[in-house]
Amino acid sequence: MVTRGFGGRRQPPDRSGRIPPGQHLVDDFPVLSAGPTPRVPDDKWTFTLKIGPKPVKTWNWAAFNALPQSTITRDIHCVTTWSKLDTQWQGVTIDDLLADAQFEPPTPFVLAHSYGGYSTNLPLKDLVGGKAMIALKFDGQPLVPDHGGPARLLVPHLYFWKSAKWVNAIQFTTRDEAGFWELRGYHMYGDPWREQRFTDD
Amino acid sequence: MTDASPAVAVSPWQMVTVAKIVAETPRIKSFFLKLSRPFAFAAGQHVDVRLTAPDGYRAMRSYSIASAPQAAPTIELAVERLDSGEVSTFLHDVVSVGDSLEIRGPLGGYFLWPQSDTGPLLLVGGGSGVVPLVSMIRHRRTINDRRPALLLYSVRTSADLLYGEELFELERRRDGFTFVVVLTREQPTRPGDYGRRVDAPMIADVIARLPAAPSSVFVCGSNPFVNAAADGAVAAGIPAETIRTERYGV
Repeated sequence: MVTRGFGGRRQPPDRSGRIPPGQHLVDDFPVLSAGPTPRVPDDKWTFTLKIGPKPVKTWNWAAFNALPQSTITRDIHCVTTWSKLDTQWQGVTIDDLLADAQFEPPTPFVLAHSYGGYSTNLPLKDLVGGKAMIALKFDGQPLVPDHGGPARLLVPHLYFWKSAKWVNAIQFTTRDEAGFWELRGYHMYGDPWREQRFTDD
Repeated sequence: MTDASPAVAVSPWQMVTVAKIVAETPRIKSFFLKLSRPFAFAAGQHVDVRLTAPDGYRAMRSYSIASAPQAAPTIELAVERLDSGEVSTFLHDVVSVGDSLEIRGPLGGYFLWPQSDTGPLLLVGGGSGVVPLVSMIRHRRTINDRRPALLLYSVRTSADLLYGEELFELERRRDGFTFVVVLTREQPTRPGDYGRRVDAPMIADVIARLPAAPSSVFVCGSNPFVNAAADGAVAAGIPAETIRTERYGV
């Protein structure tokens, strides 16, 4: 239904095709998180690939930075309705990570885990084929703690809560297991173009 | 980040009627919304407000519920007018009593009180970030919960205090609720209040005013504000998993 008196502010036409329904454009980079900001020094940082409870491979900061580094530019969309265009990230694609581990994915689902206890679930197909990375830099600069540094997952085609900040593990799971927000009413998949914000959207 | 919150059912979109609008401060108005389909909610939750233009264009923002859960079927939202805001300027400048709005809720399954802990409660709010904390304090009063609770509330000047009189009144009941005001652009006149920005020593100071360390901490406000308060609580020895934060984003 139409809201009496509401005209709305439109995005410029050249950008409107890039903004999913219900989203608005921002130029700044809002920060949202459910607890205190974890501050993980590089020399304490590790990243682990797991099958269920079993660690398969762990990298320290130096080993992780020695992996092939890729740069991608993508639009990002937060479930709180802001979208930001042409964000530039540098890091290790999930493809390169799996190749380094010489690892055949055993299941089609993963949970990403983070320092601070956060987690989020994703289908493996949304992480491979160049679609996702563990980002170490934003706009050419090391990722700051507010934005998930030292490293965050980046899955730009899904709502940004899927791009787990302070990521420290990817765990293969036999089923699609709900993560932190997914247990609390958020959608299991989170496609911004289909407005999959909450469980039944 | 540990807790046992159940998954919260999200109601579908519904029409609400604006029953009352109150100018609370120079920049904040309260909107009392009569729900067409009343819902149960927990203190700390929010709703999404969706505006639709004649051509179908939509804008949506989230606003915390200020009222206590018992107040349903009418909920109260307190909205700060952001000069560059698309929705808050519309709510402030155009909406009047009797209008219909579209909302969805209750939303949010983590920034909720009460939790399963039974120790003291520390609430830290900056600006309109106090809104979900006020819902918690009102709820505590309504259910006659006597556990020690302290609200540290930061605003620029005393004129910006949202629900100030009500909070001072609640403190005068002496039921274990302490209200501490932080003014960033004015010197306080009440003993025990602060005249500077929230920092780690201030957080340690208010924690020491509670009879025991808080077993739940809720912090809501701008991102720098939340970082200052949450980092201060961590530095004071409060376990990170008992500190829940809600940030405006900027």
